[in-house]
Amino acid sequence: MAGAAAITASDLRARFVRSGMRARRISFLLVLPLLLFLAVTFILPIGDMLMRSVEDPTIAQVLPRTADALRSWDGKGRPPYSAYAALASDLEVAQRDGTIGRAATRMNFEVPGMRSMLMSTARVAGKFEPPYAQAFNAVDARWADPEIFGALRHASFTNSIGYYISALDRSRKADGQIIMQPEEDQVYMMLFARTLFVAAMVTALCFVLGYPLAYFIAHASDKWRNYLLILVLLPFWTSLLVRTTAWIVLLQTNGVINDVLAIFFGDGARTQMIYNMTGTLVAMTHILLPFMILPTYSVMLSVPPALRRAALSLGARPWQAFWRVYFPMTLPGAGAGALLVFILALGYYITPALVGGRTGQLISNMIEFHMKTSLNWGLAAALGGILLSGVMALYIVYARVIGLNRLRLG
Amino acid sequence: MAAAKRRFEWATIEKRFNAAYAIAVLFFLVAPLIVIIPLSFNAEPYFSFTTKMLTLNPEGFSLRWYQDIVENPQWLQAIGNSLIIAICATALSTVLGTLAALGLARSNMPFRDLIMAILISPLVVPIIIAAAGMYFFYSSIGLAQTHLGIILAHTTLGTPFVVITMTATLSGFDRNLIKAASSLGADPLTTFMRVTLPLVAPGMISGALFAFAASFDEVVTVLFLGGPDQRTIPRQMWSGIREQISPTILAVAVLLIIVSSLLLLTVEKLRRRHTPQGAKAS
Repeated sequence: MAGAAAITASDLRARFVRSGMRARRISFLLVLPLLLFLAVTFILPIGDMLMRSVEDPTIAQVLPRTADALRSWDGKGRPPYSAYAALASDLEVAQRDGTIGRAATRMNFEVPGMRSMLMSTARVAGKFEPPYAQAFNAVDARWADPEIFGALRHASFTNSIGYYISALDRSRKADGQIIMQPEEDQVYMMLFARTLFVAAMVTALCFVLGYPLAYFIAHASDKWRNYLLILVLLPFWTSLLVRTTAWIVLLQTNGVINDVLAIFFGDGARTQMIYNMTGTLVAMTHILLPFMILPTYSVMLSVPPALRRAALSLGARPWQAFWRVYFPMTLPGAGAGALLVFILALGYYITPALVGGRTGQLISNMIEFHMKTSLNWGLAAALGGILLSGVMALYIVYARVIGLNRLRLG
Repeated sequence: MAAAKRRFEWATIEKRFNAAYAIAVLFFLVAPLIVIIPLSFNAEPYFSFTTKMLTLNPEGFSLRWYQDIVENPQWLQAIGNSLIIAICATALSTVLGTLAALGLARSNMPFRDLIMAILISPLVVPIIIAAAGMYFFYSSIGLAQTHLGIILAHTTLGTPFVVITMTATLSGFDRNLIKAASSLGADPLTTFMRVTLPLVAPGMISGALFAFAASFDEVVTVLFLGGPDQRTIPRQMWSGIREQISPTILAVAVLLIIVSSLLLLTVEKLRRRHTPQGAKAS
């Protein structure tokens, strides 16, 4: 009897463990389809795209002998003689195979003007005879500059951080020394700074506008509260393009606001409020404001009114009761809203593209430019990598400190 | 007494000031949307109020921009494309998102926080980065410039809305009901169809409507993945705003405001029916 009971008990335990494992497996199986779907359509594609920032085999593929010869050079003094010979034969082959365009485009990202230089040299490279260095210099005097070979050498490594160096407005000398670009060529650091500034300004504006409105709604009567909330949610649901169009209509030089200004102050009062930084700031604040109001509002509802009454009855002045009792208790909501607004603002693309003009463009717009216009995908990936790591760091902070369960849509 | 009176006065001033400020902010939120409604009936091809409009002269108004939508094959094609893509993407993201939320809601879910963070990430990853990645991916598998490619892209972007809404709904779901059903002899499928589903349906529909709105409004992946045959309403508006801005855009905008108002009111109705009496949004 005792033996049978012991077997039953261990059997029970095994069954219990098995059923627990089975339940975990079912939970996981339910999540699995979406997880796999996102892995294939979202995470891997982004990872693959970002790899382009540190992996570019163009030069190693198109000019393989040159790449080999230059890799063994330390970048100091003149390039080795073997590099000239290798480049002459590589260019001849690339010209024949029609791959020279790829290499020329790639090098043009590093040294402006190098595209035409490589193309024209490749056309005659078949006729080059030793001494090669002189032959190169005869076609284009710039070949005498060791920095040209330095750029080729850096590009000959398939894996390199070269695009990140460019993304930080720096360049590498032949010997590997990293220097700042001349001031007129510095673009990206300024754009990152501007993106941070715009995100911070929009967050601040959303707080200044959103907090009092959330307070007003949270303390309105039950009947009014729903109507007021719908007024906040309506723009939230309205198409981003519709809202951006609305701001163009309002802010443009012949738009509604300028017409009103002109009535009171004459035509001289018309000001440029769109297609610049102002346009970006106003439209982005309008679009992101509900993301600030909704979490602030829901936290305000959960603050017991008795606390402020208690503070008042203990002798606090009304503003003290507000600042020292009520306000700190609503900070989790306002903080959650502010962080979300900041995260979303960092990656904004559509609004700056449509109403930002030249001075209101953000880093996302530069990524789009390199993706679709300059076709410098490596640099686009490097800029994207920097932007994404910033956004992901803040997202982790959000998930850890605020919790993703608190994310509500209206 | 004097102190109490002063306090009372302060409270009144504070209230009035807060009300005035709040109304100004609400005006800032809603007025831009209201302004384009009359302008979409402008008889002239301008984006501002003409004298005739301001004097309410009927000649100042016309339906010509609405007529323009109906008669323009490009807009009609865009409306068709938007509907097809949004409906398919909504169906896919609702199924995938609901299954995932059901899994996440189970108490024994391993790595719950990490998985949740991954599932919601399409909401926060800058759209330009997602679109660039998708551009290379869908081109490499031959789905660039196809409806299917955009449907899959929009499904990706729509699932976080379903996951968030469904997780919120399921957190208020009494799991004892499932136990009760199975103790009464129902098999898991019957339990799901007859107990779980009816209770979580409002949340599911809300999530689906969010996903629909997200797809219906999405332009960046369409810019990267779509060809001339995949032009959607936002894509048409995009080129309208950037190239040949015409008041037809305003007419479309007004129609979109009507659509989003209907979606919003439906979701609010579902929420109110779903939230038990007395329980306020948390």
